[in-house]
Amino acid sequence: MAFALEITDLKKTYPGGVEALKGISFAVNEGDFYALLGPNGAGKSSTIGIIGSLVTKSSGKVKIFDIDTDGNNEQAKMMLGVVSQEINFSQFEKVIDIVVTQAGFYGISKSEALPRVESILKRLGLWDKKDVQARTLSGGYKRRLMIAKALVHEPKLLILDEPTAGVDIELRREMWTFLKEINENGTTIILTTHYLEEAEQLCRNIGIIDGGKIVTNTGMKDLLGSLNVQGFVFDLDSPLSEAPEIEGFPLKLEDPLTLVAAVNKDRSINALFEKLSEKGIKVKSMRNEANRLEELFIEMVKK
Amino acid sequence: MKKNFSVSTALWTLTIKEIRRFLRIWIQTLVPPAVTMSLYFVIFGSLIGPRIGSMDGFDYIQFMIPGLIMLSVITNSYNNVVSSFYSVKFQKSIEELLISPMPNWVILLGFVLGGVSRGILIGCIVFCVSLIFYPDFTVANPPLTILVLVLTAVLFSLMGFINAVFADSFDDISIIPTFILTPLIYLGGVFYSINILPDMWRNISMANPMLYVVNTFRAGMLGVSDVSIYFALGMIFSFIGILTGSCLYLLNKGTGIRQ
Repeated sequence: MAFALEITDLKKTYPGGVEALKGISFAVNEGDFYALLGPNGAGKSSTIGIIGSLVTKSSGKVKIFDIDTDGNNEQAKMMLGVVSQEINFSQFEKVIDIVVTQAGFYGISKSEALPRVESILKRLGLWDKKDVQARTLSGGYKRRLMIAKALVHEPKLLILDEPTAGVDIELRREMWTFLKEINENGTTIILTTHYLEEAEQLCRNIGIIDGGKIVTNTGMKDLLGSLNVQGFVFDLDSPLSEAPEIEGFPLKLEDPLTLVAAVNKDRSINALFEKLSEKGIKVKSMRNEANRLEELFIEMVKK
Repeated sequence: MKKNFSVSTALWTLTIKEIRRFLRIWIQTLVPPAVTMSLYFVIFGSLIGPRIGSMDGFDYIQFMIPGLIMLSVITNSYNNVVSSFYSVKFQKSIEELLISPMPNWVILLGFVLGGVSRGILIGCIVFCVSLIFYPDFTVANPPLTILVLVLTAVLFSLMGFINAVFADSFDDISIIPTFILTPLIYLGGVFYSINILPDMWRNISMANPMLYVVNTFRAGMLGVSDVSIYFALGMIFSFIGILTGSCLYLLNKGTGIRQ
């Protein structure tokens, strides 16, 4: 399978000597939904900046669908869409003009772009606002506009740098659905985010970058599978005053009706249920603790 | 996905975007030069002009018209590009251009064409205003006039672009127009012929590049000039060449726009 993105020994040292990237290498398969995670200052935005020609690399190779961005930048750029972290459109223009102009920058004429722009704006819930000045849009709508802009030339590789930062939960979920949909339609997506739940929900593969180095690059399932302890949340039938003590299963009472258990990988959850039953504790429902990736992430960037 | 990138569509898009920008804020861009120049014509042309008498054999107001048109073209071409490109940097919408497949020469040409369009439009507005005060004005050499008008707008658009590339604040985009460009234009023969100056000041004035631009344009409109037209045109073309090369070098290097 071809790589949508292939990065080899990429280095970036900023004027002043800050070494943001210390020779990172990773590849993203065509059709993948890939999470690039890392703490602030890890090198994520530098990497994305170099891919999108916003940052000049110090050395290394970047290939987009096997096209070296050094040699044939124009062809590589035609296949790339980038949603930057910060708002980067002219705030004084109308929504529709911003997207049509962006299409024009990719050599798409207005007549050719208009039907496509209409479809994207409708899909992102922006069509009703097409004639308003962008500066009057709320934060969430500005984010949608950024995505519309990046998609107007139908890129095969879409990179989103924290697209849901500062966006409310409802809109975030809507964006997830939208991104899943375009990924299913064949667009390779690379996502950076601070919401690890977002990466866990959406991405199949994951790279974690820290201190300018890739510390892990693997499948999401494999990574989560490497967790030795999993957290489970039990909703209880009747309230408890304190967490029961059960050998081998550390338990914590979050509130009188919510019990959280840390279950080791080599232990059976059935055993825990049996012990809870023996103590007369009835469980109404159970769910996974949502911070599995968070635990791993913290563990990895601590190393 | 569109496979082939159309350079002409991209250039057209950027140019139209630039023209739309200055037309959208016409109160700030088109009206002030018309008002200011009307005042110049009233005060220096109609009220003081008759007392001054003739300059190089022309009525003073007639002599002043090419100079004032050039003054407007130079400042507006320069200001259009410097403010537009700096705003694009400031608002980070430069990223739209850098991420796109547009070659650097298209980005430069798009901004320059925006500046040239505004410069020429303002030049035409000021000329129309001048006709209110001096309806008998006739252009001596229309092809030369148009050529110099366009070349001047190109030259100062390029200068504005370089200023914007290096600008880090809004102060930086007003320092050069205020403290360098405007004094040089005013002392470059907009209001007088350098023949009326003492020898020393005339020689010093010959080192002012604005003198060549203003006088070449005056040669086109009135048929008289204080300097050699061929030399002046040669200088203008040379500067355009050097500045174009410099702008492309800065863009390719990413100065002021790429980290």
